[in-house]
Amino acid sequence: MSGNNYEKMWQELGLDVNLHNEVLNYINKCFQNTVGKQKNRPKTMEYFDSVLHESHGGRVAELIEEKSKGKKIVGFFCIYVPEEIIMALDLVPIALCGGTNFSVPYAEKMLPRDICPLVKSTLGLAFSKTCPYAPIKSLAVGETTCDAKKKVWDILAQKVNFHIMELPQKKNVIDANLWENEIHLFAENLEKLAEKKLNPSVLKEKIEIMNNKRKVLQRLAKLRLKEPTPISGLDTLVVMQAALNDEPVRFTKKVEELCDELEDRIKKGISPFSDKAKRIMVSGCPSVMGNWKIHSLIETSGGAVVVDETCTGVKYFKDLVDTKANDVDGLLGAIADRYLKLNCSCFTPNNDRLDMARNLAKEGNVKGVVQYILQYCHTYNIEAIRIEGALKQDNMPSLKIVTDYSEEDTAQLRTRIEAFLETLK
Amino acid sequence: MVTAGIDIGSRTIKFVCLNDNKIFDYQITDTTVEPLKKIEEVLKDKKFDQLVATGYGRYLMQENYNCPIVTEIKAYATGAYFFYPDCRTVIDIGGQDTKVIKIKSGEVADFEMNDRCAAGTGKFLEVMAQTLGYKIEDFGTEALKGSNSIPINSMCTVFAESEVISLIARGEDKKDIALSLHHSIINRVMTMVSRMNPEQKIVFAGGVAKNKCMVQLLKKKLGNILVPEEPQIIGALGAAIIAAKNFEIMTIKERR
Repeated sequence: MSGNNYEKMWQELGLDVNLHNEVLNYINKCFQNTVGKQKNRPKTMEYFDSVLHESHGGRVAELIEEKSKGKKIVGFFCIYVPEEIIMALDLVPIALCGGTNFSVPYAEKMLPRDICPLVKSTLGLAFSKTCPYAPIKSLAVGETTCDAKKKVWDILAQKVNFHIMELPQKKNVIDANLWENEIHLFAENLEKLAEKKLNPSVLKEKIEIMNNKRKVLQRLAKLRLKEPTPISGLDTLVVMQAALNDEPVRFTKKVEELCDELEDRIKKGISPFSDKAKRIMVSGCPSVMGNWKIHSLIETSGGAVVVDETCTGVKYFKDLVDTKANDVDGLLGAIADRYLKLNCSCFTPNNDRLDMARNLAKEGNVKGVVQYILQYCHTYNIEAIRIEGALKQDNMPSLKIVTDYSEEDTAQLRTRIEAFLETLK
Repeated sequence: MVTAGIDIGSRTIKFVCLNDNKIFDYQITDTTVEPLKKIEEVLKDKKFDQLVATGYGRYLMQENYNCPIVTEIKAYATGAYFFYPDCRTVIDIGGQDTKVIKIKSGEVADFEMNDRCAAGTGKFLEVMAQTLGYKIEDFGTEALKGSNSIPINSMCTVFAESEVISLIARGEDKKDIALSLHHSIINRVMTMVSRMNPEQKIVFAGGVAKNKCMVQLLKKKLGNILVPEEPQIIGALGAAIIAAKNFEIMTIKERR
């Protein structure tokens, strides 16, 4: 996380600069203890590390620069929010999720303790004036996924300009229609904010930008699956976290470079792991910036994470938006279709996710699955039972971990993860 | 070949020496707040060809003695299977962890373990014994003299302590409170046990298996259970057996 040359900027943004420095130091330390401790990393990872380090510095300065040119900033909390529509109106999308334990107590002053750490961390940054994006965004976009988020939007909407997309809970025709309608309402609201109308060719161009980003991440996901894997799961996670913060065209180019390097590593047989490492899939909740806990635990206990069935994994890039249509309505319809396929655990029934988990585990040729559940995330926690059952049909062992962002349970988690790896044949 | 296992638990350090599959030496000592010093004392003058470490402090052995490590889950399964080749389930209640392990042909097939909370572990019994003014080694036998009439609802060590204090203030008999506390921890353990569909034979090991009341109450719930003569050393024994088997022992360092 970048240093003092941004202090003036943070002051002007009205941040609590001293506390903000503490946050950055804390996140830095977490980064050094996890990502930074790895050996034999691809050289291109330096770029993605720098994206994370500059997320409160250089990237914020970039966005302020964009704002001075008349572009407005739109913050979002979930990968159901279509970034291409935001971009098509000359607005800049930025993800606002918190993955640091540091800010959790600041949220607990106001919110109940027993809600998920991701929500608490995110809100804690905003409440304690340590989120540089809070003051620069013109709109925040929430969605009706989990109960914690839904009810927090009520509180936030009183303070900031807020738009809520209603995500249906089922996937029947009536639900798909509702969702398509929500996409239209979202677009209309953004048009008001941007003071312009959606233009089909610009929208198509932005869809292409997002599709290219998805394609390159798909390429990365394929390369990860090589045996031995050329990159750690933790490094891939860093790339995914950067995906939610970086400018998409520049990001895409850098992931291409990383993939080229990985192909070279594959040719030379270079892997960050010994050949004894056991291939693992992580499934369940996202690990957003600041949170490297579960991947680090697995990969320092003898596992190698080669696939992530999560929002900071496959879900973010698995589907492209169809670009056949030439009018705004047709393109928005294609966007609606694409985003409805993400298989969040808030859906009922959610059988598509069970099939997806089984297929990914098979394709990845993994020995076992670690289900990563953030404490108080009821939908993923309960769905874990069905996921475990689905995986059992293929004799795929799985281990469910329920945890928050703190370090207090790492010794027990390590024992459980090591024991799980010991049982994998 | 002489092999040894050391199990560095949160409360005690256990050391076992094996010669041709026979235990010829074992030792149990308190971990204290200076485990490294204690380990040094334990290992002084001991002769063995191979040592494997397990338990909560296994990384201390890895870092300071470059010693191979296994988890206590694998170690307990191996140790229990050595004594009881027909055992299918191991319940291990130690200082701060409770584990239920299913065994299939001598290997760990599945396991459950508490996460950060120490409810249902030795720590609970220890705190409660202290609150009631019992020595930990007398706690179980004293509890057996009680007649269970007080429901204790708290599973949490901290809450249960408050509950016990109010029961003492109400003038309840200490022995009754002690028995009720044992029932409370058994309920907690049984939640984990029943999730695992325990199959006979069931072995009860770990320090808490030395508590007679716990053994009796578990027997009521599960039918027959087998308790080794020295239930605390099963993990260290397992580690010594794993050292003897000499199959591909690797340190995490080698894995990375």
